[in-house]
Amino acid sequence: MEATFYIAAGVAIISTIMVITSYNMIHALIYLIVSFLSIAIVFFVLGAPFIAALEVIIYAGAIVVLVIFVIMMLNLRDETVRQEREWLTKKIVIIPSVLSAILLAELIYIVVNMEPMAHPTGTTVDSKQVGLSLYGPYVIGVELSGILLMSGIVGAYHLGRQKKKVVHRFLEKIES
Amino acid sequence: MNEVSTEAGLILAGILFMLGLISVLIRRNIIFMLISVEIMLNAAGLAFIVAGARWAQPDGQAMFIFIVTMAAAEVSVGLALILQIYHQIKTLDGDAATKMKG
Repeated sequence: MEATFYIAAGVAIISTIMVITSYNMIHALIYLIVSFLSIAIVFFVLGAPFIAALEVIIYAGAIVVLVIFVIMMLNLRDETVRQEREWLTKKIVIIPSVLSAILLAELIYIVVNMEPMAHPTGTTVDSKQVGLSLYGPYVIGVELSGILLMSGIVGAYHLGRQKKKVVHRFLEKIES
Repeated sequence: MNEVSTEAGLILAGILFMLGLISVLIRRNIIFMLISVEIMLNAAGLAFIVAGARWAQPDGQAMFIFIVTMAAAEVSVGLALILQIYHQIKTLDGDAATKMKG
């Protein structure tokens, strides 16, 4: 099982690098799906099969498809790729990469030099326990998630609505 | 069943978070910046799952479900905003959106 974890982790890292370096948005999103699927394998190995299913369904299934539909609605053509090629130059990439790599090195140093952690107990936490935990101690979080999703729906509808243009003989106005 | 060390999982989460952070720093296209935020949220959720697997408790998975909920709400509102910005200023340049006039 350990080899599975390392292979999936390597695939996740490589596909994420392909996401952040590709110029074409659709190609980046397809690589993002690969990254999410490999992270789902990592979740499965770590003993969270319910979360692995949720990752495939919500992240790879819903969110990425939503972004792809928006790109199709915006009708972006080849000039976007050319523009992206202009924006993403080597000079811009270097300094953020170096700074982030320094932070990552510090994080790895801290994690490795902690007092050695005991091995995980190796039990699978199934969806029954997660459900009991969600509707037991975390029930206020579930209710707040419901409010958040409701406000997300209302906000997306309000922001995404196209303003209807009323053409009058004398005056032109935008009806909101 | 699982012999994966907690350190390896946390380092994987850190690497993925760093990649998302680099991407949000170097991109100017707002759709790519939204995608990078998704990568970073996913890495944070991975850290929660690793910690939950270490103690074999369901709390980490409950937190991941909350993170997924927040990511879904955020991406829907963000994409609606991107649609509006693109209709207003006809470009996806994040630097061009400087006027908050409806």
